[in-house]
Amino acid sequence: MNRTIIEKIWDTHCVADLGDGSYLIYIDRIFLHERTGSIALKGLEEAGRVVRNPEHVFCTMDHIVDTFPGRTDRTTMPGGTEFITTTREAALAAGINLFDLGDDRQGIVHVVSPEQGIALPGVTLVCPDSHTCTLGGLGALAWGIGSTDGEHALATKTLVVKKPRTMRVSFDGALPYGVTAKDLILHLIGRHTASGGVGFAIEFCGQTIRELPVEARLTLCNMAVEFGAWTGIVAPDDTTFEYVRGRPYAPAGDQWELAVRHWQSLRSDPEARFDREIRIDSRDIVPQVTWGTSPQHETGIDGRVPDPADEPDANKRQSVERALDYMALEPGTPLEGIPIDAAFIGSCTNSRLSDLRSAAQVLEGRHVAPGIKAICVPGSSRVKRAAEDEGLDRIFTRAGFEWRESGCSMCFFAGGESFGDRERVVTSTNRNFENRQGPRTRSHLASPTTVAASAVRGCLTDVRTLEN
Amino acid sequence: MEKFSQLTAIAAPIMRINIDTDAIIPSREMKRVSKIGLSDGLFAGWRYLKPGSREENPEFILNQEPYRQAQILLSGANFGCGSSREHAVWALSEWGIRCIIAPSFGAIFSGNCVRNGILPIELDNEIVEDLAAQIKTDPEGNKISIDLPRLSVTAPDGTSYPFSIPPADHEMLLQGLDSIAITQKRDPDILAFQQRDRQSRPWLY
Ligand code: SF4
Repeated sequence: MNRTIIEKIWDTHCVADLGDGSYLIYIDRIFLHERTGSIALKGLEEAGRVVRNPEHVFCTMDHIVDTFPGRTDRTTMPGGTEFITTTREAALAAGINLFDLGDDRQGIVHVVSPEQGIALPGVTLVCPDSHTCTLGGLGALAWGIGSTDGEHALATKTLVVKKPRTMRVSFDGALPYGVTAKDLILHLIGRHTASGGVGFAIEFCGQTIRELPVEARLTLCNMAVEFGAWTGIVAPDDTTFEYVRGRPYAPAGDQWELAVRHWQSLRSDPEARFDREIRIDSRDIVPQVTWGTSPQHETGIDGRVPDPADEPDANKRQSVERALDYMALEPGTPLEGIPIDAAFIGSCTNSRLSDLRSAAQVLEGRHVAPGIKAICVPGSSRVKRAAEDEGLDRIFTRAGFEWRESGCSMCFFAGGESFGDRERVVTSTNRNFENRQGPRTRSHLASPTTVAASAVRGCLTDVRTLEN
Repeated sequence: MEKFSQLTAIAAPIMRINIDTDAIIPSREMKRVSKIGLSDGLFAGWRYLKPGSREENPEFILNQEPYRQAQILLSGANFGCGSSREHAVWALSEWGIRCIIAPSFGAIFSGNCVRNGILPIELDNEIVEDLAAQIKTDPEGNKISIDLPRLSVTAPDGTSYPFSIPPADHEMLLQGLDSIAITQKRDPDILAFQQRDRQSRPWLY
């Protein structure tokens, strides 16, 4: 039987067939964070249940903690401290692995788990967080769940899952200058809508993907959920194995050889059938930026704000009108040149060392435009330290960026720090929903290089037009 | 969990596409480590005039009679997309919603619904639009009926539409069962699986 990589991992983890397309699937690793993990642990405890394999459960503090230097359990978000202390107490009581504040393993959950070798090729990994699909970049089958399913996974080490349909998205050709993994995924969502992937597990493949480093593959898979997909995955290869080797929780010694042999089998058979196929020529892609309040509201940086009048479908027309109203944009305005108030580099999409390096390359010897609030938040404590070791922090601060402690920070508005009313932000994050980065804040998603270039010019900018 | 069988109720159409969980309950409304006390924050960005305020926006449908009594929501495609926050479902449930009818749902969201006794029903867009149009002519009188055992939705004009949900979800909703207790009965299978798996993938143990 010819199988896709998704089916292979699925079959390896199948405990029972429950009929009608639902299966009891074994879960290798569970990750929690203080925002939703706290309630899953508390719910479990209140029901008198215990964590079945605490050694396979990890927890970090990322969502609610402040990212100001010198932070403590006190938070800008009212009531935030309770999330931190409840999580800490529950994690300690349950005996799970905790990466607490001050621990150098702390960071954004989806940045930490590959970095520590907890997410591995071929594992099933869940977290009560929708961007868990990020870890597909390593060849893991990883997806976000709700808190009740979180309790289910903690108590039984399994989940009842409906078998997804499969989709293959191939990106062919080399990436043009100035185009990144972020632009690939935004382009896909823009062409095929934010619900184009609903019900699917997606394998990303093709020459472009093979040539991407692991960190870029993580960026790509991060936004599979913005495409509506259940998850995304890239088949592991030598690039992946090199990335994983030597990480704290990765297999070592004899186990390493054994693991790699297994991982090498994790690729779709040549004749495997997918329920849907999409092919994209990467050479046609330019740096992307969103203009609206859904990730599908995007276009090339050389594009224009669309005119709702051109949209024949009434529902879609209204959605575009609403978006333009919220974003305060006029139809037909060129994206390039729209003035911004702030720039943000961070989040589980784009806050790894390679992201910071690419932004720093743009910022080296430059300064952000007057009046721009610019913030860089490394994805993990380890990324932060590595960046400081190579002097990136000084490039950022000299350019006028704030340099923060790691965490989700202003990727989303938790009730504390925000960009402010009607402020326009160019951001390396993954969601441009209404109020996502603060009440009435207007978010434009883009790659870290586009964010850096825009910060320098003070307006949405085509990074390809900045002089070297 | 409350059982679900039949329901005839007022329905509120919010016919937008891609209503995300941030819109259903904004982050700032999730103030405590708790599954209760969330209904106040339901659709807060649309329901209240200013962020953080409790001054009602009279334009928003759930602030209008008789929609305040709605137990069914109608919506456009991809309802509940975005963040995995189960708070969205807890808030809807506490507010009084028992069933949501839409052309499609965010995957995590629909799973969360079932686990909390809310029935997510997928119907074609034209049907949902038609239901919404019927309701608007007489929201009080034009109720929608749902028969979960028979898997059918009946429109105010008497037309019935079949729908499907996975049998396991059907069972769970009908009996108000707790998914963890059901799976725990399979613990011997899980143990046996782990023993086999330890042999074939020892690096994970
Ligand atoms: S960085 Fe943003 S998207 Fe990622 S896990 Fe944190 S809040 Fe969610």
